[in-house]
Amino acid sequence: MSELIRRSALELAAGLKSGEFSSVEVTQAHLDRIHASEDDFGSFITITDDLALETAQAVDAKRSSGEELHPLAGVPVALKDLVVTEGVRTTAGSKMLENWVPPYESTVHTKVKAAGLPVLGKTNLDEFAMGSTTEHSAFGTTRNPWNLDRVPGGSSGGAAAALAGFQAPLSVGTDTGGSVRQPAAFTGTVGVKPTYGSISRFGIIAMASSLDQVGPMGRDVADAAALHELLAGHDPLDSTSLPDEVSGFVEAARRGDLKGKKLGVIRQLRGEGYQDGVIDSFTAALDIAAAAGAEIIEVDCPSISYALDAYYLIMPSEVSSNLARYDGMRYGLRVEPDAGPVTAETVMAATRAAGFGSEVKRRIILGTYALSAGYYDAYYGSAQKVRTLIQRDFARAFEEVDVLVSPTAPTTALEFGAETGSDPMALYLGDVATLPANLAGIPGLSLPSGVADGLPVGLQILAPARRDVALYEVAGPLEAALVSAGGRVLDTLAEGLSAK
Amino acid sequence: MKYEDAIKKYDPVIGIEVHVELGTVTKMFDAAPNSFGGGPNSNITPTSLGLPGSLPVVNEKAVEYAIKIGLALGCDIAESCRFARKNYFYPDVPKDFQTSQSDEPIAANGEVEVELEDGTMVTIPVERAHMEEDAGKNTHVGGATGRIHGAVHSLVDYNRAGVPLVEIVTHPITGTGERAAEVAAAYVRTLRDIFRALGVSEARMEQGNVRADVNVSLRESPEAPLGTRTETKNVNSFRSIERAVRYEIARQATVLESGEKVVQETRHWHEDTGETTSGRVKSDADDYRYFPEPDLVPLVPSRDWIEELRATLPELPAQKRRRLAAVWGFSDLEMRDVVNAGLLETIEDTVDAGAKPSAARKWWTGEIARLAKQQERHPTDLVTPVQVAALAQLIKDGRLNDKLAKEVLAGVVAGEGEPAEVMTARGLEIVEDTGALEAAVAEAIAANPDVVEKIKGGKMQAVGALMGPIMKATRGQADAGKAREMILAKING
Repeated sequence: MSELIRRSALELAAGLKSGEFSSVEVTQAHLDRIHASEDDFGSFITITDDLALETAQAVDAKRSSGEELHPLAGVPVALKDLVVTEGVRTTAGSKMLENWVPPYESTVHTKVKAAGLPVLGKTNLDEFAMGSTTEHSAFGTTRNPWNLDRVPGGSSGGAAAALAGFQAPLSVGTDTGGSVRQPAAFTGTVGVKPTYGSISRFGIIAMASSLDQVGPMGRDVADAAALHELLAGHDPLDSTSLPDEVSGFVEAARRGDLKGKKLGVIRQLRGEGYQDGVIDSFTAALDIAAAAGAEIIEVDCPSISYALDAYYLIMPSEVSSNLARYDGMRYGLRVEPDAGPVTAETVMAATRAAGFGSEVKRRIILGTYALSAGYYDAYYGSAQKVRTLIQRDFARAFEEVDVLVSPTAPTTALEFGAETGSDPMALYLGDVATLPANLAGIPGLSLPSGVADGLPVGLQILAPARRDVALYEVAGPLEAALVSAGGRVLDTLAEGLSAK
Repeated sequence: MKYEDAIKKYDPVIGIEVHVELGTVTKMFDAAPNSFGGGPNSNITPTSLGLPGSLPVVNEKAVEYAIKIGLALGCDIAESCRFARKNYFYPDVPKDFQTSQSDEPIAANGEVEVELEDGTMVTIPVERAHMEEDAGKNTHVGGATGRIHGAVHSLVDYNRAGVPLVEIVTHPITGTGERAAEVAAAYVRTLRDIFRALGVSEARMEQGNVRADVNVSLRESPEAPLGTRTETKNVNSFRSIERAVRYEIARQATVLESGEKVVQETRHWHEDTGETTSGRVKSDADDYRYFPEPDLVPLVPSRDWIEELRATLPELPAQKRRRLAAVWGFSDLEMRDVVNAGLLETIEDTVDAGAKPSAARKWWTGEIARLAKQQERHPTDLVTPVQVAALAQLIKDGRLNDKLAKEVLAGVVAGEGEPAEVMTARGLEIVEDTGALEAAVAEAIAANPDVVEKIKGGKMQAVGALMGPIMKATRGQADAGKAREMILAKING
């Protein structure tokens, strides 16, 4: 295992800047690692060797000619295959888009290209980002580098596995109900869901528009912060994009101090139904934070009890509408009926029957039902009210504390098939701690708090809307305190991988 | 049952939905050009095609136009409103939902004053005006009639998909009785005039810029509850609107007379046969699963902006007609002729250029209109208001009479120059030379002793008989008034 792939993104950036190594070397090292480990991890749907090396060469050339470069120029990145990449197949993990090559560019990829980050490939995900295990992909299984019999989480499972498996130093995921934070927790990496509107959604294949947010992911807090800075900023192509200037995240992560910081523990999100190891790791982390000078305060967010119900009405409703366009008429899969007349209607039906997986179909049916005449007020309407109540609960809590903390997920990484059985509610429950942030539009971050039974545990930090910097002010020093107390979580894994 | 009998027996209630395509540079939610021509699927972007990941952005100009329409219809403009998704699967709808407005229209509660042919004013209550995007266009290939039935395949052109529309919906229009059909057509014509006056659309019916759906129901009496309605879609000329309403009233009356029930349904209008036929049965089960468009933020037009737009509203057609008729001293009939000929602005310009209103009207609706008709062109294509004003001035100055002026006009139309130039070049100016006129008068008197006797005998109208030869002798350039004076002076003097 090349030593280069062990380095963090910011370490690589520093080495590139000082001329210690070239972007081509760094990129090639990661591509080599991907090709050597993909059979085990299955993180990628598409690997873009040529594209990555081209970018790397261009960056190296610019650097040697003395051109001003973005701080992350030359540092490779992996993109979740929900991010539209012009000229590079973009599947959303669905058979529906198996051969779709976008004719236009997403804002995220535009920024990544402009900054000169070589794109290693497109990572695996649950179909259209619906799922928490990456098992609902039409493009095979992604395995957790910590334990190949475990899922990497989802839906950004490929993105997280690529980080934990040292295939990529940076990953771009998306988070609609926890899809960045939960896989980060399952893989011992850092995942951020920014404030809604922080990063442009233009060119991000939509799951649930009012909840979707692009999420920067890295192996440590500063790396995620650096990627967040790169991706964030106003985009006139996204009407929900915030006008906020975004900078200082890396600085906040490095300079932050826990002394005097008030950390609120959400009473509704600590305990019931959680795995013992998760609770233990969380409690230990709080002790370490307290020892570093943080004040731990228990706070109430009573409406969070209704968050899951509200989420599973709003999300499928929007899904049912957003995924209507996959009808075989313009792009993507087109299937004609086996028998009977071939009309627009029968082609649409046959295409959707063949192209969508079961979880996607389940949510489309749920959402179609919830939006139906006579049910709208009771379901979608009420869910929106709950959403407002949750926002108020958070706002009230943030009057008392700087950030809120909870375990990211009730469990560590699950075994394959454990929750794809007959009871989808069990799977949905796994999102209970993460989805309130999406409903409220507030930013959240998951960082590893420790290891339980050989698998990493994630700790979630939530901050007020448009105060993403507050995440880093706490996550940075908390990470430092945790590392100095128990070592870097991923190092355990890295040693094992190196030995292999 | 005939229309005339139907409206004696039943009270018709109509309701009209008008869609107008806004004349913005780009589409409602993306930067694709809002224009016609060009090949199929040439005016499209990822957003107008609904590609995965694409997002809408509201066209500010379209909002401005929608607010102007709302204000012109006397509506309240919403302090905040949202777009909504209307979900339904159809190939010409790229996202399989239409972005529209549902329970939060940008404008509501207005009314439109409509003037009928005979000058009767009718007030049409407007429920709402809301913004939405147009769909693409399907072409069915292989069938006999271009309809989907029997077609081998269909082609979709998304150039029109995403074109901004404003839909204006009336409340049920009651109390129009026998004039229901006339009112329906006059209402749409009035809206067309308003759209043009506002400059928000070319509003050409024949190009589908303005499309009307007409709802008709009948009830036993004005006191009875509303009957079951039908909606006749895409009736796209004023005449067709009138015919379609007449047809539906007669048809529904026939159905009711035979003891049957009117079916609530969408009906198609057939221009060739003048009939409507049953389309889709429309029931309350039509479920578009409306919900607020999450990709767009609520629209909150500032009060300042609205007042700014209100201040720039042009005078509306009805107001303008009333004002000009009073200032110009035109009768209702004269005014209607001017408006129907599409010459109101032209006459206004001609008056501004110095002509008397009566002269401007006479020339434009008279000789110029006649020439235009001959050439199958519009009067304004032949001459300019400034030229007509110059012509009128020459007459006023006594340098031309009406007959000569027509010749000058012909020269101007033929491109021979400005009126004064044509007059000089063709030698048409009225003869001021009294010598020549006197000679012509003397000659005419000498040549017509019988006429002279009649005049002497007091038959003054016989003077006219001498004018012919005098005009002939002076090649029409004699001043008729002066010639008359001379004749009388010579005979009686």
